[in-house]
Amino acid sequence: MTIQFNDESFRDDYSFYNSERAIKRFPFPFHEDSYMYSVNMEQHRGGPKDSVYEKRFDVDEHYVSEMRDRALVLADDPLRCQSLPHMTLAGWDLLELIMVSKSEDYPDLFELHRDGNTWRWINKPLGIDDTFTFLDEATLPYGPMEYITRQAQGDFAVLDQRDDNLWMDAGMVTTQADWSLDFDIGMNFFEWHAPVPLAHEKGIFVRALKFLLNIQQGAPARRLNWTMTVNPLLDTSPENYHKWGIQKTTLTPENIGAKQHLRVELQTFFRLPRSNALVFPIRCYLCSFQDLMTVPKWGRRLHRVVRDLPVELATYKGFIANRPMMLDYLENFDDGLPTSPGIWPDLETEPPLKT
Amino acid sequence: MTKFTFPESIKSRPIYGTLEAREGSAHLLVADAHGAEALLEVATPEMMAKAHIMYIPKGEDFEAKLRALKPASFYSGPSYAAAEPRLLKTLEDARMGLQVYLAGTEGLMGQAMNAAMAAGIPYTAIQTEHRGSVARRMQCVHCKGITEDVETDPFVCSHCGLNLFVRDHYSRRLAAYQGVCIDAEDPGNVPEPKGIYE
Repeated sequence: MTIQFNDESFRDDYSFYNSERAIKRFPFPFHEDSYMYSVNMEQHRGGPKDSVYEKRFDVDEHYVSEMRDRALVLADDPLRCQSLPHMTLAGWDLLELIMVSKSEDYPDLFELHRDGNTWRWINKPLGIDDTFTFLDEATLPYGPMEYITRQAQGDFAVLDQRDDNLWMDAGMVTTQADWSLDFDIGMNFFEWHAPVPLAHEKGIFVRALKFLLNIQQGAPARRLNWTMTVNPLLDTSPENYHKWGIQKTTLTPENIGAKQHLRVELQTFFRLPRSNALVFPIRCYLCSFQDLMTVPKWGRRLHRVVRDLPVELATYKGFIANRPMMLDYLENFDDGLPTSPGIWPDLETEPPLKT
Repeated sequence: MTKFTFPESIKSRPIYGTLEAREGSAHLLVADAHGAEALLEVATPEMMAKAHIMYIPKGEDFEAKLRALKPASFYSGPSYAAAEPRLLKTLEDARMGLQVYLAGTEGLMGQAMNAAMAAGIPYTAIQTEHRGSVARRMQCVHCKGITEDVETDPFVCSHCGLNLFVRDHYSRRLAAYQGVCIDAEDPGNVPEPKGIYE
């Protein structure tokens, strides 16, 4: 299937939009009518046709515009992409993983031709056709991690594994839910998660780390995470928080359906073959409340989740002040009917909103 | 009162101990201000025969007492920045079996630990003991500037002038806590600064 790439922005005039196809395949993160942290890992071995789970690295209509936004962020702040000196090999591993996966999964968009260590990479949507020597940094315009992640949607944390822990020793982070790579680089798994409330006490991170340390080559895993963002702003970084924080105060009952976005991260985890590092792609999907409400099941469920979320989580996710206005809006889409289990829209089987 | 019991906090926040004399081929002791008291308590004649003390008084009067320990090498300097070249040289020249002891403020210990880690000493092998001021070394997440010896929350970034709140999130690599704009969502609404642990 050929993808029509949107020409859109994630800043200033916010011309970002989701097509009907994009709404239907949006990774709605709530499998039931309530939410609490859990180690919600599963194998990343494909999924329903055309879902965001189908391919190893999902490419969608936002690809070209997201890569343009990433280039803008990096031009403003090169510290968003960093790699400690011992992580270069992991960068090559990542480059190989993405090039092989994309050329196999989207042969009409990406091509990889390998002749020994001489590789030719063709990225048609971005108009790139480069020939380079694998494992020779001098033959690429950037380091290997930066080169390939300027061509791949989502943030990438590359984690070194040693001392029975994972260390955030490299990353490309421009679409983050308010955390700083520049600050967190070099931290271990517990340290970079330190600010997250409640989850440490529930033993979430101890169990998650055990799971991640044992991920094997060829057996990637995935989970969904979520937060809320006013306006389709990809770069909700702490670095720029003094600029974008004020946007949270621009919600009104009239504009909330269009302005308030559910922000979902599809997090995947792949073991890398040469470095034994773990790469942690964090792919961000945005969907406005009004688009979500076109799926009756999601309308019912989102109201219940937001209403019943513990105060600590609503505070940590940054929407405690706007929660009452969200609920005033969302309750119009909750008729009290039960919802089907699982995250899928179930448009054929779930009843329309009772009015 | 130079010992302070820090409240429980998040997992990135450093935890300090009490220095103890360990077997070593050499001993490097770095302290500022009241950190000298911890060195005075841990020092033994045997350790001092192979010791290098680096001290930054910050107006405190411990230099004579430290010299009286008769360390093999003694340095007193006006600031960490001034002491750093000597510290880096010492670490560069270090042999297997060096013991590192850090005492005093968080900013001093954090920066010296960073230098030791860069020289290849695992941070878990470095001893630390907090003494004296509970002021923090803060990085502004917005402009990346470091403000030393921050005593209040919120405070004004000494580089970009934003009003920042003091987080407990700490980076060993930067030897700093994170400061984040406190009035981004309500410009000008800045609470009255209070002592960090008040």
